[in-house]
Amino acid sequence: MTAPSPNRSPQLLLQSAPFLRRGVTTPKLMTEVIIGMGPIVLAAVYFFGLSAILVILASTAGAVAAEWLLGPGKPRGATLRDGSAILTGIVLALCLPPGIPLWMAFLGGFAGIGLGKLAFGGLGQNLFNPALVGRAFLQAAFPTALTTWSDYGTPSSFFAIRESNFALPFMQAAPDAVTAATPLGLMKFEQQSTALSDLFLGSTAGSLGETSAILIIICGLIMAFRRSFDWRIPVSILVSVAVCSAVIWLFDTARYPPPWAMLTSGGLLFGAVYMATDPVTSPLTPKGVWAFGLGIGLIVVLIRLWGGLPEGVMYAILLGNAATPLIERVTQPRPFGRGSIEQ
Amino acid sequence: MQRSFRHGVHPLEHKEATEHLALERMPFVERYTLPLGQHIGAPAKPIVSPGDRIERGQRVAEPGGFVSTSLHSPVTGRILDIDQHRQGNGQMVAAIHIEADPYSSQQFQGRDPIDPAALSVDEFVAHVQQAGLVGLGGAAFPSHVKYKLPEGKHCERLVINGCECEPYLTCDHRVMVERPAEVLRGVAMLAEKLGATGSWIGVENNKPDGIDALNAHLPAGSNITVSPLPVKYPQGAEKMLINAVFDEEVPAGKLPIDIGIVVNNVGTMACLADYFDHGQPLIERALTVAGSGVDRPANLIVPIGTPIREVLRHCGINHETRQVIMGGPMMGMPLATLDAPVVKGTSGLLAFTDNVVNHPVEYACVRCGQCLEACGNFLNPSRLARLSRAGRYEELEEAFLMDCMECGACTYVCPSSVPIVHLIRAAKLTIRQRKAKNA
Repeated sequence: MTAPSPNRSPQLLLQSAPFLRRGVTTPKLMTEVIIGMGPIVLAAVYFFGLSAILVILASTAGAVAAEWLLGPGKPRGATLRDGSAILTGIVLALCLPPGIPLWMAFLGGFAGIGLGKLAFGGLGQNLFNPALVGRAFLQAAFPTALTTWSDYGTPSSFFAIRESNFALPFMQAAPDAVTAATPLGLMKFEQQSTALSDLFLGSTAGSLGETSAILIIICGLIMAFRRSFDWRIPVSILVSVAVCSAVIWLFDTARYPPPWAMLTSGGLLFGAVYMATDPVTSPLTPKGVWAFGLGIGLIVVLIRLWGGLPEGVMYAILLGNAATPLIERVTQPRPFGRGSIEQ
Repeated sequence: MQRSFRHGVHPLEHKEATEHLALERMPFVERYTLPLGQHIGAPAKPIVSPGDRIERGQRVAEPGGFVSTSLHSPVTGRILDIDQHRQGNGQMVAAIHIEADPYSSQQFQGRDPIDPAALSVDEFVAHVQQAGLVGLGGAAFPSHVKYKLPEGKHCERLVINGCECEPYLTCDHRVMVERPAEVLRGVAMLAEKLGATGSWIGVENNKPDGIDALNAHLPAGSNITVSPLPVKYPQGAEKMLINAVFDEEVPAGKLPIDIGIVVNNVGTMACLADYFDHGQPLIERALTVAGSGVDRPANLIVPIGTPIREVLRHCGINHETRQVIMGGPMMGMPLATLDAPVVKGTSGLLAFTDNVVNHPVEYACVRCGQCLEACGNFLNPSRLARLSRAGRYEELEEAFLMDCMECGACTYVCPSSVPIVHLIRAAKLTIRQRKAKNA
């Protein structure tokens, strides 16, 4: 028998209850989202060739560098273990155009983590989605590079890298030989519509990750079933966009785009599934989540139809982020046993 | 469709090791220790002196007030000493030490049954206090205090808690399977005395044999209902149980009696019947011994006061045991010493080896909101934890800190391993201390 000496207690560990944990950890959640983005990354590589890989690597390197240099972890870089910096880097890359100079992608990742997250005190403290802060930073600093969309499939060979990727810092990036307008650009500025099949499969111009609607929907569904994110956020955004744009479209079907084109074009699906669902910058409260999503959808439609820009997902989500503390304040749950009479 | 309370969590049950093991009696050991304050309320006052010879079941301490109860010797033997003894939490408390008579048969000298129907309510309450009865679910609240209804309050419904929602624990389950007649007799006695028009026994549906045993012993025309409930933690919390059975909310800061309900544990009902049927006070209780640290998990009937070390040795404690928990793994207390005795509130002893013990690494809160969806009280645990760390006590009270029942569901689900419920307990303690200081 292996009983300890009856006179001595073994070195007993004193912890605080509960002693059981579900075992889902934050790094696991981050890894799950990164894996969930795998098919989108592969599709980006398929559509845009080696350039896609380089942009993703550059942006992720920028994010990791910022977390390592400026992060609160002790020893230095300890906060990299939660996986959030890598996730931010990849998400940012997927909403950049494939021909972007790599140094800009790196800078975007660095600014996203540095300004968007660490300036607020690190993971969990930031008000805005760090990847979107990175993208907004780039859009403000380099508007031309951020809106130069090369057509999908160009250059023709997988290994032929876009020259503009290697533009040196602050030297004018040589524009791609072939540029193309995005479906939303076509819709807004040239009143052309894009075939729904192209939108679904992704054979259109656009950012790395926002081209194939069907792929994002499939990945989103899988992740929602695995509870990698709060399914109510993308659902409420999409419902809101569908309803708002349907109402407006019915007023004048010739002038306004139909709801299905609104839903499948641009960064809407990507933003709704991978960016608005960032738990840190979306409301905690169950009711607040619906308010957040519906508000974002409304702003997307307003910007796309009447704003100066063809695309509004980025600003809509950032505005949603800004409204999150307020939304939470007014949607605190009613505690058990406290009716409306009390408090 | 069985209904339950809203929110809550589903931890792995871990009950398979003991749920089919019949209750067995723990053999008597040499020495017993009875802490005087093993119930909620004032400690009991000893009425024996060192050297006195005592019988099994003899009263050795009387209540130290109304919210206090009696203590009885679990063995025939001799009072050794009354001094300070180290409790499971490491604190020293006054305790009576008893040496068992090795030649005694340790047979309880029963007495004739008392018919509670012939007693007035006050006599009944006095008898329950005599019996030293406390809630056996874990809180050890003196039962007679619950049975003495406050002025102007009426008990219409009696709810019996057979949920046993804590993982690992199976002793209530075994009591329902093996002693259904005693449980039901206790329920009938109590309902009659309280004037309740109906009684409901809430049992989670992972104990089908317990539900069947109770139903099989229900007398015809009984107003006792066995309510099967879906498995969910913390359904055994009385307010959650009431919500599961009746879909009603006990107002925050109030007691079940404020909506005409008294809640008691199934094990308490069996002890109530034992006392009135043959005079046996609370001198032993059923508990579960389980976990990776014991070779022979068991459901035991253990005399109150048995050193925990002896109970664990009886079940083959492994020398790699690193953590011993008194109670369940969600709300139990880690033991600082195995010299502490089994007390009236000990529903389980769980021993774990190092490879099973959790060593959580804390990450930043990512505001995932899972704690909100776990909280049966519909609080915002993430916010409470943050405010507790910042020491913002006024805001904590405005965020309903004091409504928290400390079930730990939030901490169980937290992917960042934030010690939420620990921070909540710390903040509650500070607020209580500050109020005591200012008062």
